[in-house]
Amino acid sequence: MYPPRFDYLAPTSLEEVVAALGERDGDAKLMAGGQSLIPLLKLRITSPSAIVDLARVPGLDGLEEHDGGLRIGALVRHRDAERSELCRGRFGLFGSAARQVADPLVRNRGTICGSLAHADPQGDWGSVLLAARGEVTAHGPSGTRTIPADELLAGPFTTTLAADEVIAAVRVPDPGPRAGGAYLKLERKVGDFATAAVAVQVSLENGHVGQVGIGLTGVGPQNLRATAAEDAFRGSEAGDDAIKAAARLAAEAAEPQSDNRGTAEYKRNVIRVFTERGLHAAVAAAKGEEGSR
Amino acid sequence: MTELAAPATGAALHRVAVTVNGRPREADVEARLLLVHFIRQTLGLTGTHVGCDTTSCGACTVLVDGLPVKSCTMLAVQAGGAELTTVEGLAEGGALHPVQQAFHEEHGLQCGFCTPGMMLTSVALLADNPSPSDEEIRWALSGQICRCTGYQNIVKAVQHAAQAMREA
Repeated sequence: MYPPRFDYLAPTSLEEVVAALGERDGDAKLMAGGQSLIPLLKLRITSPSAIVDLARVPGLDGLEEHDGGLRIGALVRHRDAERSELCRGRFGLFGSAARQVADPLVRNRGTICGSLAHADPQGDWGSVLLAARGEVTAHGPSGTRTIPADELLAGPFTTTLAADEVIAAVRVPDPGPRAGGAYLKLERKVGDFATAAVAVQVSLENGHVGQVGIGLTGVGPQNLRATAAEDAFRGSEAGDDAIKAAARLAAEAAEPQSDNRGTAEYKRNVIRVFTERGLHAAVAAAKGEEGSR
Repeated sequence: MTELAAPATGAALHRVAVTVNGRPREADVEARLLLVHFIRQTLGLTGTHVGCDTTSCGACTVLVDGLPVKSCTMLAVQAGGAELTTVEGLAEGGALHPVQQAFHEEHGLQCGFCTPGMMLTSVALLADNPSPSDEEIRWALSGQICRCTGYQNIVKAVQHAAQAMREA
């Protein structure tokens, strides 16, 4: 399969990227690693007049601690997060998710920010960002703005980014010293889309649950946040009953559809079980217990 | 040569300069040319196979700056400036690479179609982790499909190569 013809632009600054997108008036696509875009081109699902390659823009590949949180540049690949010491412990959710994205070869090319911009409802990073209360830094013609995770995703393969905006980085706030997370994903085989998955992030304060985030993958038109489950769990002592109750509420927040990966009922049950396991793992990690990651 | 190796009249061309198996190579290509077609058709290195063509099977795996990637899911223009290794770059001076020797000795292939990709990923794995567990080998190869072997002998072959390379 051959992609359709397009103009290839490889600017060397974010300003030039934004200008190139603006000149094409919505008919250009950005490319970082290309692991979602190139398959779409080959299948002729999209035929942009131009592709703007981010790869030659310097300074976008940083994965670093920033104000106690994380900053993930536009060209940070899944592999980088998978292997980063930073993506463990308090930020273990990121390492846990990175290991489960697509397959090892795709992870060597694909980027976290590119995956977010692609906004596949079965994509992993949207749920991670929701659970971690992250935000993206978007560059556009009138400067930089910050988009919280809750406002980024607008539907299947749709974000609130303007056609001439580019995600320069993801920022994740400081979760506090006693924090942990986990990503649990069910897939039929490595590299298949998620049947269902759950991202969980928990911070403990004085033995009680302070911050909690629960993001759901593959069970709605976009990644969903299980708000009622979070509200119920926050302030609890993170005991078994509180975890079970939160897991039930997360399952209720899911909007799964029956397909060849399973029935809606089955997927809802997976969400419940994975939320329960995820909360146990996240709480154990926040307490610094053995065996957590 | 296909129509893509000889670009259509009027199509914009981009100069792609890469190092392939240690040799500098360059060509003017259309932006839409996939890396796998650049390797097979423009450079004439047909050891890299096209399998599923949908990022699933990994038969087209090559090393880009030492990391295995699916060359059907990368544009040739994205590889500009990179060092590529294809299966043709493994043997040196007529002597098989230890990974090739191990696939031969452990019968790590039947039809051989997936083998170039399997071997290149194995080379990258062993460069990073000289003593992998069976599970780590399966994990590293999990983006690639073999329809013949059931993977048993592939894992054995990688272990065999790991041992040979440690003892070398």
